[in-house]
Amino acid sequence: MNAIGVENLNVWFGKGRDRNQAVSDVSFAVRTGESFGLVGESGSGKSTILRAITGLVPSWSGRMEIAGIALGKARSRQFYKTVQMVFQDPYASLHPRHSVDQVLGEALKLHGFRDVDQRIERLLKDVGLGPAFRFRYPHQLSGGQRQRVAIARALAPEPDILLLDEPTSALDVSVQAEILNLLTDLRAENGLTYVMVSHDLAVIGHMCERLAVMQAGRIVEEMTVEDMRALRSTEPYTKQLLESSLGYTRET
Amino acid sequence: MSLIEVEDLWVRFPTRTGVFDAVRGVSFSLGRERLGIVGESGSGKSMTGRAILRLIRPPGKVEATHIAVEGDDILKMSERQMRDVRGQRISMIMQDPKFSLNPVMTVGDQIIEAYTQAHGSRANAREKTLEMLDAVAIRDAERVMRAYPHEMSGGMGQRIMIAMMMIPNPSVLIADEPTSALDVSVQTQVLRIMDRLVSERGMGLIFISHDLNLVSAFCDRVLIMYAGRVVETCRADRLHEAEHPYTRGLLNSLPRLDAPRRRLEVLKRDPAWSDPGSVRGSS
Repeated sequence: MNAIGVENLNVWFGKGRDRNQAVSDVSFAVRTGESFGLVGESGSGKSTILRAITGLVPSWSGRMEIAGIALGKARSRQFYKTVQMVFQDPYASLHPRHSVDQVLGEALKLHGFRDVDQRIERLLKDVGLGPAFRFRYPHQLSGGQRQRVAIARALAPEPDILLLDEPTSALDVSVQAEILNLLTDLRAENGLTYVMVSHDLAVIGHMCERLAVMQAGRIVEEMTVEDMRALRSTEPYTKQLLESSLGYTRET
Repeated sequence: MSLIEVEDLWVRFPTRTGVFDAVRGVSFSLGRERLGIVGESGSGKSMTGRAILRLIRPPGKVEATHIAVEGDDILKMSERQMRDVRGQRISMIMQDPKFSLNPVMTVGDQIIEAYTQAHGSRANAREKTLEMLDAVAIRDAERVMRAYPHEMSGGMGQRIMIAMMMIPNPSVLIADEPTSALDVSVQTQVLRIMDRLVSERGMGLIFISHDLNLVSAFCDRVLIMYAGRVVETCRADRLHEAEHPYTRGLLNSLPRLDAPRRRLEVLKRDPAWSDPGSVRGSS
């Protein structure tokens, strides 16, 4: 079964002559339990797709489905119990004046959980933070610890699908390794479905089974990670992207 | 003679809980080569670059036996004399062109200003600016000169920065994460331009980056910094054979397209790595 189905999705911003088509006619499907990557340069529309699914963009057309149920203009509470998002910048996505306890407590209460206390402790444990972190504020945490809190918040309603928007691009490589391992473990333990956006092909190669390459709002190619690793691609744009991410070669 | 000679550099910041040493006893020299400085955030790599231009603002303090630029000790210079060093003899490219270009001045005026500062006259400034924009592969240079920075993309902004920094013909360029804010394909293009200009003009380059693969491919020699000191130095093309456990740990924590693994290795930090005493980074 498909966890996510997107058909002929268009997203635009502004209107009239200021209209900017961010996503054009995009279709893809993500199977339950799969990890799907979206890659492309900045401005290619990959984050916009995630934002459209979570209901963060007002103007879109086409069809989006979660577990076979079509999405309308508004998102229900049930939707947010199924789908959660982790944002790129852990420095911007946590409220600076809310402690970890408040951040997680609020998310849990919104979803109607009663045993908030135990759940906060369990969430912190799940993301590898001890109970000592519970009453800290974001400025008392490192970037990696903040991203763990953001992941804990996303896990609070026990979702089936996590949308990950560049979850490690603001972090050092050693911290990136920790967060990617955490995400791998969480997916294995909870049977989660991931859609991960990244400009780093090596990160997508590590985390995903399939991916779509985007350029200027369109999907130019869908491929498996094995094909990507073997540089088997039919589209010149993908080839070029793959080559440039293999590293710089000096002129002599 | 080396272009830059740094001996026992310390950068300190007083805080409420005592003095914080951001850079601790770093020594290195730079010839006509590309020297990479790599490390994680907070390792002191940017502070090292900024100290060479004396860009550390009070209450931060820079201490060193000497920081010599082509033989002249910049620690003994006045602010006025420093102005003839910054931009003219050493110039610097920062990470994000959005924050380093003046938002209310046209691109052309900014580059012309850099040229006029260096050459003392406006004669030929326009032609030189056009030439320089051409050298950094900007088509339609006339239009770009009239444009404001917000009308430029990130890659174009960074090429404009390079043009502005190269026009006074400095002997050393310090590039602090010059391509981290750019897409991979644009990154290659910007690096290619920097590569060519630095080789043609025989400049010295200090390339500060967190990207080990990039530094390994782009530079001649690498200093690896951890907790404010240099823990290892090696030839850039041998970076993958580096021996220090910190460097090894960083290399192993990177996901790789050509070598898939189920789990990434996580860096286990050894307190001994931050023990004082830097490795000397002289060639």
